[in-house]
Amino acid sequence: MKKILEMNHVQKSFNDNTLHVLKDISMSVSEGEVVSIIGPSGSGKSTLLRCATLLTEMDGGELLYDGEYAAKNDADGRSVYSGKAELKKIRSIFGLVFQSFNLFPHYSVLKNLMDPQICVLGRSKEDAQAKAIELLGKMNLSDKAEAYPCQLSGGQQQRVAIARALAMDPQILFFDEPTSALDPELTGEVLKVIKKLAEEHMTMVIVTHEMAFARAVSDRVIFMDGGVIVEQGDPEDVFGAPKMERTKQFLKNYGQS
Amino acid sequence: MDLITMLKTMLDGMGGTCAIFFLTLLFALPLGMVVALLRMSKVKVISSITRAIISVLRGTPLMLQLIAVTYGPYYLFELPVAKNKLVPVVIAFAINYAAYFAEIYRSGIESIPVGQYEAADILGYSKIQTFFRIILPQVLKRIMPSVTNEVVTLVKDTSLAFTVSYVEMFTIGKQIANSQSSFVPFVVAGVFYFVFNAIVDYVMGKAEKAMNYYQ
Repeated sequence: MKKILEMNHVQKSFNDNTLHVLKDISMSVSEGEVVSIIGPSGSGKSTLLRCATLLTEMDGGELLYDGEYAAKNDADGRSVYSGKAELKKIRSIFGLVFQSFNLFPHYSVLKNLMDPQICVLGRSKEDAQAKAIELLGKMNLSDKAEAYPCQLSGGQQQRVAIARALAMDPQILFFDEPTSALDPELTGEVLKVIKKLAEEHMTMVIVTHEMAFARAVSDRVIFMDGGVIVEQGDPEDVFGAPKMERTKQFLKNYGQS
Repeated sequence: MDLITMLKTMLDGMGGTCAIFFLTLLFALPLGMVVALLRMSKVKVISSITRAIISVLRGTPLMLQLIAVTYGPYYLFELPVAKNKLVPVVIAFAINYAAYFAEIYRSGIESIPVGQYEAADILGYSKIQTFFRIILPQVLKRIMPSVTNEVVTLVKDTSLAFTVSYVEMFTIGKQIANSQSSFVPFVVAGVFYFVFNAIVDYVMGKAEKAMNYYQ
């Protein structure tokens, strides 16, 4: 299966190298695969996602999308990023759904979905609108096209954010704790949408604290702690019969084993 | 001098007042944005120099700056004093107000959550698209009350032009008051500034309301 994302030996420190957040992380995601990343707070999973989406620069390690280098190591093992043009092309491969939605508050829902298509992809207004309306339908938000983000509930905003990401036709979609900012009764509607995408074999990487959800939708689960991948594999194995003591401890705290 | 003649004479000066007001806004509003961006520059030297200049402009009286711009060239380089005083007056006003606007813009730009930049970045917007399409519209909405404050102050500050004998309404009013030993011109001037600002308030209020379609 074609590898969409490949990360090799990723290193990242903060505070002048005193806070080592990612210690030699290697992972890859194949086309159509749904990967969940779980782990305690501060384990480095969000930083890993930020490195993968070029929001944070890695100190060391390689990052590849669809076989193309976004960053490769120099002789000293430091990450060297590709040129502006290549990175722009690589950015079009992935999308990201944020914990805090980050919709554009001055745009209507419809414009939030249309503007990037027109400005970045150069789509015509008609095509962008058709795509936006189709996606809003899929998110059960057809009646909210003219609303502004501030008029929507958190769950609705997050579904708009997912639609906005999908409108750019990414080959891989990242989720950074997509339900953590939501009231418990609103998480369900967002998880349902992500589940639907998983059934359509959308390639996804999901950082989440929703263990039951991760278990249900993932093809593979990665458990991170202390900046390393402690354990990964089939969700039934990781959740049902974890091999590592750290994993057992963590899942016990979440009441999952 | 009867009241009608007085009003007519002072009315002639209102053109000068309006000229300072509108020309200052015309130059200071965009110049302030340039200054704000220089102030936020990642190049330390540029941001430090800009900060120092802003600090001088905000820390010294506008009246002093008016005198410096109008007569400075004469004292420093023996250049003739400008015949049309509107030029140095508008230069001094525009630079001074740009410094204030720059700080308002900066606070507005810095108040936009970093998530807005990150979302635009992920979607593939260029830096320029991000600024003009995503950031600036939100900044304008947030800074409207502060800008209104400055504009109201500007209306009243135009009277400072009398210090370099630029002929505007207040200069004329002062002359009439002196020659006629009358307090009436000052009352007229006061009413004029008040009405001017009432209009400013109304217009800016409308603009603020127009941006209230989102939060």
